[in-house]
Formats: sequence, structure tokens, C-alpha cells
Amino acid sequence: MTKTTDTKKSARTKPTKANLAQEAKTPANAKLTSEELIGFYREMVRIRRFEERSLRAYQQGKIAGFLHLYIGQESIAVGCVSLMEENDHVITAYRDHGHALAVGMSMDECMAELFGKATGCSKGKGGSMHYFDPSKNYWGGHGIVAGQTPLGAGLAYGLKYQGKKGCALCFLGDGAVNQGAFHESLNIAALWDLPVVYIIENNGYSMGTSQERSSAHPEEGIAARANGYNINWAKINGESLFDIREGVKKAMDLARDKSKPSLLEIHTYRYQGHSIADANHKKYRSKEEIDDYRKNHDPIILYREYLLESKLLDDDGIKEIDLAAKEEAEKSAAFAEKSEFPVEEDILKDVYWEEDNPDQKQSEGRIFFND
Amino acid sequence: MSEISYRQALKNAMIEELKRDENVVIIGEEVAEYNGAYKVTEGLLKQFGPKRIVDAPISEAGFIGMGIGASMLGIRPVMELMFWSFAYVAWDQIINNAASVRYMSGGKINVPIVIRGPANGGTGVGATHSHTPENFIANTPGLKVVCPSNPYDAKGLMKSAIRDNDPVYVMESTIMYNDVGEVPDEDYTVPLGKAKVAREGTDISLIAHGPSVLVCLEAAEVLKAEHNIDAEVVDLRSIRPLDEETIVNSVKKTNRAVLVEENKPFCGVDAQIAYLIQNQAFDYLDAPVQRISAIDAPAIYSPPLEKIQLPKANVVVKKVLEIC
Repeated sequence: MTKTTDTKKSARTKPTKANLAQEAKTPANAKLTSEELIGFYREMVRIRRFEERSLRAYQQGKIAGFLHLYIGQESIAVGCVSLMEENDHVITAYRDHGHALAVGMSMDECMAELFGKATGCSKGKGGSMHYFDPSKNYWGGHGIVAGQTPLGAGLAYGLKYQGKKGCALCFLGDGAVNQGAFHESLNIAALWDLPVVYIIENNGYSMGTSQERSSAHPEEGIAARANGYNINWAKINGESLFDIREGVKKAMDLARDKSKPSLLEIHTYRYQGHSIADANHKKYRSKEEIDDYRKNHDPIILYREYLLESKLLDDDGIKEIDLAAKEEAEKSAAFAEKSEFPVEEDILKDVYWEEDNPDQKQSEGRIFFND
Repeated sequence: MSEISYRQALKNAMIEELKRDENVVIIGEEVAEYNGAYKVTEGLLKQFGPKRIVDAPISEAGFIGMGIGASMLGIRPVMELMFWSFAYVAWDQIINNAASVRYMSGGKINVPIVIRGPANGGTGVGATHSHTPENFIANTPGLKVVCPSNPYDAKGLMKSAIRDNDPVYVMESTIMYNDVGEVPDEDYTVPLGKAKVAREGTDISLIAHGPSVLVCLEAAEVLKAEHNIDAEVVDLRSIRPLDEETIVNSVKKTNRAVLVEENKPFCGVDAQIAYLIQNQAFDYLDAPVQRISAIDAPAIYSPPLEKIQLPKANVVVKKVLEIC
């Protein structure tokens, strides 16, 4: 890790301050019921409480490997997933707990997965970076930066091939935009009119490296690279759940109706490090910057203020949601704790479809080679 | 029965599976309008149209990753690598996605893809175009890899590969595309994981895969004619899964083995075969297992030297005479 003598802020431009009361009236949001509006708040709070509980579990030594927390970015997963319809699919990178909970995976299975237990959503075989649930059109959970971006194009290609009206939401970080595979995916998506919406969750830093130090891009930002592929693009203020819904819906409609891809850049921030193992996140970022985002740009705080101001919820209602989320997260940790680990025989399961479906096996010979 | 080429056999396999299953789609560089860099997909665009036969831009990571993503929704892409040497451009997708996504999801997903293309040297195309990566693939749990050496196996294994619900990688050879052989006209498959005794013998087992099988058959003729040694030739056909039983039974019968491969020696396929022979047939061996691999340097360009670098019948014969 190179020592930086100055704590540079990222060179990305800050969007204009959100005004949720105004943004609530935009077409994508104007018809939301109070139940739905409160539901979005509940979902964001649930994600944050889950992440905080998993952070504690990690510090207690219950979780191995990496833990990439979504704290600060909750509005994106909740806002985007709330727009999904039957034939829409979602895929993301390793900061995937928020998307998993947003599509409806349970805290129990997600926490158990972190603990490496057999009751985890991947039977303990994937870990934090690899949550999947095809039944909810959720395809992971991927560890290699930008490795999921061709897969996202593939989901869109599959939908189109099958004649289904839908789109693929493919999330990535600002750190992924320089990987070759991402550029190949953009080219293919544009060339073949694939209904994929690439969503850059730009929190300003690819691990410890600011956008300014990593990315060459037009003045308007990294999403403007889409011009090079003649792809529709837009920038969205991630601190506003309504802005997210309004902007992303346009792109999803374009994908579903016209089968055209989009590249969206959502301005957001993470309060924790790249992962919990990132000990430098207060070095490559300034205290002022972190505090500013926490105090003035937190999507949950801003949304809560909107709910209170529009009298959709009162202080008691807020407290109730918070308490319920904390309890649910605590319960999931207890569930994870008392669950069993996988057994040794499980190591060789779920490797090959054929081996897991022996009644339909056609192959012969030996497939595993330990003695 | 028809006498058709290895190339035609592959094509017939794809035609039959394209007809059988509407989810099968052929994707690759120059596979459609160019009719295939090596004409394996010639005529398919005309017969099936651009939805089923798709020209990809030169973006192996992009289109192979795209195929993997589509396969998660039930599409069955058969993706061509113009040369298996280009696989490394897409290596992250091939290893980290195709092989691992089922495992990391706890078995919720499967990836029914085929990646096919020529994996061979010997054509003067130099070090970056002459790779035979079946050994790298075979080292990866979650993947399957086959190496047909003749038209009958090419068609049968390709059909099995396309029907298989796991990723199956098919190693062909530009040198073998023109080889002609008998192929049934009716529907048949060759299962993965089954080797074949290509030539029965009693004195020594020559065990090989891909083009090296032809080298061994040639060596076997010379051994019989000039040295009265009756060699058995075992064609592995499938590397992972692997038919250990046929290999071991052959060595138990002949008591000697020479393994022949185009892989480089360290961790080539034959390193695994040698291990299993000494492990399972130790008491039957009258000599240490011997091996002919490609000479251990990047593929040389100069044509006469390239011939020397790859296994040849006279080198196999010489090695056999050392232990017989």
C-alpha cells in the first residue's frame, strides 16, 4: 500500500443536494402508496442493521475472509429492486448483502452464510461475496472486480433470446470501470441491443484509490464513457431514493421496451472501508469527507426526514422499525451461531450438476481425484 | 454409415443438437458469415439463421462471459474459440465463473455451456497460437474436458457435451479436421468418461489423447513390423471425467506403459495418468511408466524444429525399445 502524503478527495463532482419532497412527485414515485413508502424505509434500515450486526460478528471472529459492507449505499439496492418486475434480473459484485436482502433473501440464511454454516444461503460454500437466489432472479454475489459484467450482458441476452420482456440490472463499483471485461460487455451490449442496465455504485474509491487516481474519463464523469459506445447514460444522486427510482426506471423502461442498454452512475458513499480488513480507509479519505457524507448525505437519514415531514411516519413509528430491524438481525446471528457447519462429505457436493443428479447422469469414469 | 471428415462430424453434431433443442446457440468469431475460420460451422448460418448462429466481436472474455450468464437462464451456448490459445483472454470467465458459480451458490445454479475449438500445435503458428490447455482445464473441479481423436468420437462427444448440464470443453485439432472416418448416420452419443482401446495389443500400453493417439497408432505399426512388439493403444477420449478402469486394465495386461501427449511435461495430462498407473497397478509394472511430452519450451516456429518438438512415432518407438 503506497503511502499517500495527502488525503485527496475523489475528483468526482458532487451532485446538487437532494430534495426528496420534490423528487417524490416525479412520475416513478408519484403514485407510491404510504405502505410502499414506509416499506422502502424499513428495507433500508433492515440492510443497515444487518450490516452492523455482521460487522460485530466479524470483530468477534465469527466470520472469516472478507466483509464488504453496504452501509451508506442502501438506497441503491432498495430503490432499484423496488422497480423490478417478473422478468427483470439482478446481478452484482461482492458488496452484495444489500441486494440480497432487497430481493427478499432472509437475514437468517444470509448471516448463516457469513458464519460458514450449512444453513447459509450457499450452504456455507460461498461466503459473504457469493449470495445467490435464482428464485428471486438474483444471480450473485461475485468476487472478481467486473467479473460479473459479462454475466450481466448474458442475463440480458438470455431474456431477449427467450422473447421475454425484461431487463438485467448489473451493478458494479467505480473500481470496476477500468477492467477490460467491462468494456467488452459494453461493446457487446450496444452492438446487440441487449436489455442490460449497468449501474455504477460510485462511492468514490476503488478500494484505497480515489476516482481521480484511477480513472481517465470525460469531464461529466465515468459514466460518460458510454458515449464511446453510443450507449444511453445518466448520473443519479444516490442520497435520494426517489432520484434513484426515477432515473433507473427510465433506463429499465428503455431496456424493456426498446431493448437498449444504459450505463448509470449513482453517486454514493460507504462509511466503512472497502472491506473490514481495509485498515486505511481513514487515511485515503479525510475525516471531513466521511463526516460530511454521514451528516449531510445519508440516504436513510434524508428519507426518514422526508417521512417525518410528510407525516407518513412519526417518531414512534421510526423507533419501531429500527427496533424490529435490530431484533431481526440479532435473531439471525443467534440462528447462525446455533446452526451446524457443513460436513466433510459436503465438500464434494454442488460441484457438478451431473453428480448431484445421479439418476440423470450420462457420463462415466472418475470425476474427483483425491485418493 | 458414412465416411465423413472430423470437421463434418463436429458440424453434424451441432446441426442435430440445434434441431433437437431450441436453446442451443452457436457463438464465436467468424462462425456465421465467414462460415468459420476452419469451416467447422460452414453453412450453419444459412440453415439456422442469425439468432442461432452468432458472430461475436473479438472479445473472448465478453462473449464467453455473456454465454455463461445466458446459460444461467437456460440458454445452451456452444462457443467457439478460434484457437484454444485464446482461452486465456477469457480465463477469469472460464475458471472463476463457469467452474465456480454452481459451487459458490450451494448448487442453485448450473452452467450448461460448451466451449470448443482447436487445441494443437504443429502448424507453424508459433507460441501464442499452439496451446493445448486440456491439462489446465482438467485441474479445475467444476469443468469437464474431452479430446476426440477421430470423426466418430468427435460427433459423439460433441453431442454429449452439448447435452451435458455442466461446462464441457472440447479440444479439437486443425490437423485432424480433414481426417476421414466412419460415422453412423443415426443418432448416437459417446459418453464422457469412457476411454477406448484403439488397437489391441499384449506387450505394451501406449496411452494418449487427441492427435497423439494417431502418433501412437503409427508407432504401433512400426513396432509390430520392425520389432515384433505388439502394442496396445488406449485413446483416453475424455480427460475429465477420466476412464481409469480402461487404463489400469490395459497396463495390468501388458505390464508396461508409455504415455504420449502434446502437453508440456510438468503437470500435463500424463503426469496424472502416470500417478494413477503406479498407484493402482504398481505390482503389474515391469518397468517405470515412461512419457513423451512436447519438448519443454514455448512452441517454436521453425517448421522442421516444430516437428521435432512434438511427439512423433519414431520417438515413441525409441522410448518403447528402452523398456521392452
